[in-house]
Amino acid sequence: MAKVHGAVVIDEERCKGCDLCVAACPTKVLLLKDKEVNNRGYHYAYMAQPEACIGCSSCAIVCPDACIEVYRVVEK
Amino acid sequence: MELNQIINPANKVYSRPALLSENTMHYCPGCSHGVVHKIIAELIDEMGQQENTIGVAPVGCAVFAYNYIDVDWVEAAHGRAPALATAVKRLNPEKLVFTYQGDGDISAIGTAETIHAANRGENIAIIFINNGIYGMTGGQMAPTTLEGQKTATTPYGRRVDLNGYPLAISTLLAQLDGTCYVTRQAVHTAAAARKAKSAIKKAFQNALAGRGTSVVEIVGTCSSGWKLSPRASNAWMEENMFEKYPLGDLKNADVEK
Ligand SMILES: Cc1ncc(C[n+]2csc(CCOP(=O)(O)OP(=O)(O)O)c2C)c(N)n1
Ligand code: SF4
Ligand code: SF4
Ligand code: SF4
Repeated sequence: MAKVHGAVVIDEERCKGCDLCVAACPTKVLLLKDKEVNNRGYHYAYMAQPEACIGCSSCAIVCPDACIEVYRVVEK
Repeated sequence: MELNQIINPANKVYSRPALLSENTMHYCPGCSHGVVHKIIAELIDEMGQQENTIGVAPVGCAVFAYNYIDVDWVEAAHGRAPALATAVKRLNPEKLVFTYQGDGDISAIGTAETIHAANRGENIAIIFINNGIYGMTGGQMAPTTLEGQKTATTPYGRRVDLNGYPLAISTLLAQLDGTCYVTRQAVHTAAAARKAKSAIKKAFQNALAGRGTSVVEIVGTCSSGWKLSPRASNAWMEENMFEKYPLGDLKNADVEK
């Protein structure tokens, strides 16, 4: 069966830590940084469980600040 | 598979829209305006209309829309976007002309301009963000504010006997002969945002083809005005806003014909 691998790249400095991408991810890949903040003081989003990403783009579509790029590979 | 094998330009399936400028949007974290800006930027690019589009920006939080989406814009006085768009479109009939307006802009101070532009069937697309409140000025009651909803000017909740009923202006606009397409959408989930994108595309196509006025209402959140987190705002919207402002097409002249 084909296996789908995904990954996202988040523009940490642009991120406002709104948490909407975290809520939108069906496979619970993303979280907000607990302690670290970016230059604007926001707890930015990151891939906490990168291996679970399926590259579905849900996080990127709901991100109001267009911080997320999505990559997807289908391994046959 | 290693991350560096996946993160490779050949595998890219979603990137920041080319027509969004590098400017950081001034909107609060989680604000629906950002998602709608992104959709508009993507669509204008996909439709090859970058050089042929003129947006009309409102007064309200989206007053700086022209700093974010890289097309030509004019800035209207509060509520006057449909009147200005009328002139822009009549003088440039081949252009894609759209307005971008909040609920205060479109259904309080701009009610007359909106209704008459739609009643004349001006060939424009109206993108209307309904967050049920005046966001920019600090969260005062708007005509769209729900019964019982607390705002800066209704601290004990909106009272119908004092403040009147919430105004569903898209439902009114759908009654007018000049509108060809009126729909209510949302952008709180990826599925909703995809549908909203198709709706805005249809509105843009109608405006280009001269089919009359199209209105796409996006029921959105204003977490600062509502005093909730962005996530809690989405939940509050689903629970409360969608009852008064149900999603779906209110008028679609294509289908009815
Ligand atoms: C002629 C005029 N009257 C009043 C105002 C003050 N004012 C600025 S924005 C606004 C309402 C904005 O609310 P809305 O249109 O819902 O947009 P939002 O900020 O929620 O996106 C008001 C009343 C103004 N700028 N100009
Ligand atoms: S692309 Fe899909 S699976 Fe990957 S982080 Fe985003 S929402 Fe989650
Ligand atoms: S949706 Fe965008 S701005 Fe919000 S936390 Fe995720 S990456 Fe950051
Ligand atoms: S005040 Fe409300 S509408 Fe304005 S930017 Fe903030 S969340 Fe968005």
